[in-house]
Amino acid sequence: MASTGLSLVEIEQMSARDAFGEALAQAGEQDDRIVLIGADAIGSTRAAAFLKKFPERTFNFGIAEQEMVSVAAGFALRGKIPVATAYGFLISLRACEQVRTDICYPNLNVKLMATHTGLSMAPAGTTHHSTEDIAIMRSFANITIVAPSDALETVKAVQAVIAHQGPVYLRMGRGSLSSVYSQDYEFVLGKSIEMVSGNDVTIIAYGIMVKEAVEAAEALAKQGITARVINMHTIKPLDIEAVRKAAVETGAIVTAEEHTIIGGLGEAVASAVCESAPVPVIRVGLRDTFSAFGGEDDVRKHMNLTAQEIIRAVGKALAMKRGA
Amino acid sequence: MKLSVEELKKKADEIRILVLEMVETAGGGHIGGSLSAMDVMTALYFRIMNIDPKQPDKPDRDWFILSAGHKAAGYVPVLAERGFFDKDLLPTFNQLGSPFGMHPDMHKIPGCEASTGSLGHGLPIAVGVALSLKLDSNPARVFCLMGDGETHEGTIWEAAMGASQYKLDNLIGIVDYNKCSMDGPIDQVVSLEPIEDKWRAFGWRVIRIDGNDMAQVVGALEDASVPQGKPTVLIADTLKGKGCREIEGDYHWHYGVLGSERLDRTVRELKGGSNG
Ligand SMILES: Cc1ncc(C[n+]2csc(CCOP(=O)(O)OP(=O)(O)O)c2C)c(N)n1
Repeated sequence: MASTGLSLVEIEQMSARDAFGEALAQAGEQDDRIVLIGADAIGSTRAAAFLKKFPERTFNFGIAEQEMVSVAAGFALRGKIPVATAYGFLISLRACEQVRTDICYPNLNVKLMATHTGLSMAPAGTTHHSTEDIAIMRSFANITIVAPSDALETVKAVQAVIAHQGPVYLRMGRGSLSSVYSQDYEFVLGKSIEMVSGNDVTIIAYGIMVKEAVEAAEALAKQGITARVINMHTIKPLDIEAVRKAAVETGAIVTAEEHTIIGGLGEAVASAVCESAPVPVIRVGLRDTFSAFGGEDDVRKHMNLTAQEIIRAVGKALAMKRGA
Repeated sequence: MKLSVEELKKKADEIRILVLEMVETAGGGHIGGSLSAMDVMTALYFRIMNIDPKQPDKPDRDWFILSAGHKAAGYVPVLAERGFFDKDLLPTFNQLGSPFGMHPDMHKIPGCEASTGSLGHGLPIAVGVALSLKLDSNPARVFCLMGDGETHEGTIWEAAMGASQYKLDNLIGIVDYNKCSMDGPIDQVVSLEPIEDKWRAFGWRVIRIDGNDMAQVVGALEDASVPQGKPTVLIADTLKGKGCREIEGDYHWHYGVLGSERLDRTVRELKGGSNG
């Protein structure tokens, strides 16, 4: 981890959002083209670590997310690497058209770093939940969509996203991600990671659901079912080869995401499977419903974003695989 | 290039002819707002801006952002006349495979800095460009042309606040105040008045001019180019369709095509000068 200046242990002790701030500040040190553009949430997104180091390269536009995104486009036109940061629902919904028309259409090198996504601001309720952002972003040409699953992966994702040329939507939670990685590994955009090997069924997840998927695989192993777990940290471009392989080798797929099942990873995987090696695909996610509010764990349980739900879905997928 | 006011007047009318002929071939175009803003665009490209068609990307160039992207029917012939590309391409306007159509694409049109067309996007993009120039201590200026109806958009006012917060005295906005949007006279759609007070209240220096009087346009743009610690906006009173007497001031001519007889009459008049 020499390039970040942070040790693995240090990163593991951080919350994902602190890791994001640190990684951004480190990136700022290595590349003075990076500017940070915020909308009155620089503090709560922890991008403040960058602000502290580089106040002259940080610009706050107040509660004006549409302006923030267009301004980022302006910076990119001059060869800067603008990082625009705000809550996920604001980037994907409030500034949706600016993302599509000002960033994706001209293919500008803007990094949209969305925080507090999914249900991570659980008590704030549906107004503050980002459960359609992947579906929206996926439909735009030119964009890359990345969703890290823990603090270490957040650091690696920030580095990869900055190094990538082109628009990126980086989807992060609020910060209470527990670690899914216990050792260093190679992170490549568009290349998924096999977290657990298995041949009976494949569980594909991103973000906070990777941990649930691993837990589900552990429980399934006790029943004699070996489940492969794939961390699809890059949702677009999708690692189609890994999906096809999973379909061919395991014959059944379950997807899990903190997002509506409409237009998310589940549909991306289902499309890829249909076009390469058709097998059953069962999607875990919000089932065409708005979210509830409450404590973070309670809300996730209430919305069925759990290892138990993944196990249920695996049962269904396996039954279909057997032709039952 | 620094044309005199008299030369600029002539140039603007020559380009008006190119616009009308191009739109005639295309079968339609945003005539009204392209003609009203022609004096401003001509002054910028043939006198005010530091640009070089041979090196469209030179680092010290001034920037022009066409926030009102539908004025491409005016903008594209300006760029052609200035030498960014061959005028012979103009008849391809709006056709599949052409570098240009109703709204400009920065990757296809030499000299075009931003892809616009959805109203209310250009000014915040211009804020980003202006701020990044400041960050690099680059003395270039950014000119951003808006439609008057376009300033109904909230993002214009978000950007107006941001520009004044960051004291962007290298940013010059121009509102083409032709008093019409698409659905009608702007006062009957949603009035912008008191327009000067609004911009002043948002922290901008305001210069009011007759935007179809070349001497005033040049004077104001030269004035605006002297930095004074805040962004400047030119409120340019214009006539929609300026230069085609038969449609001037009529909002119905937001988009259209003159037809050969009216075109012939207009071209004859313009050759004599749009201001008589
Ligand atoms: C956001 C957005 N809404 C609607 C349109 C469709 N539209 C194109 S031009 C126009 C009227 C623009 O009026 P104004 O800004 O006054 O321009 P001008 O009269 O100078 O042509 C409209 C509504 C658009 N391009 N973008």
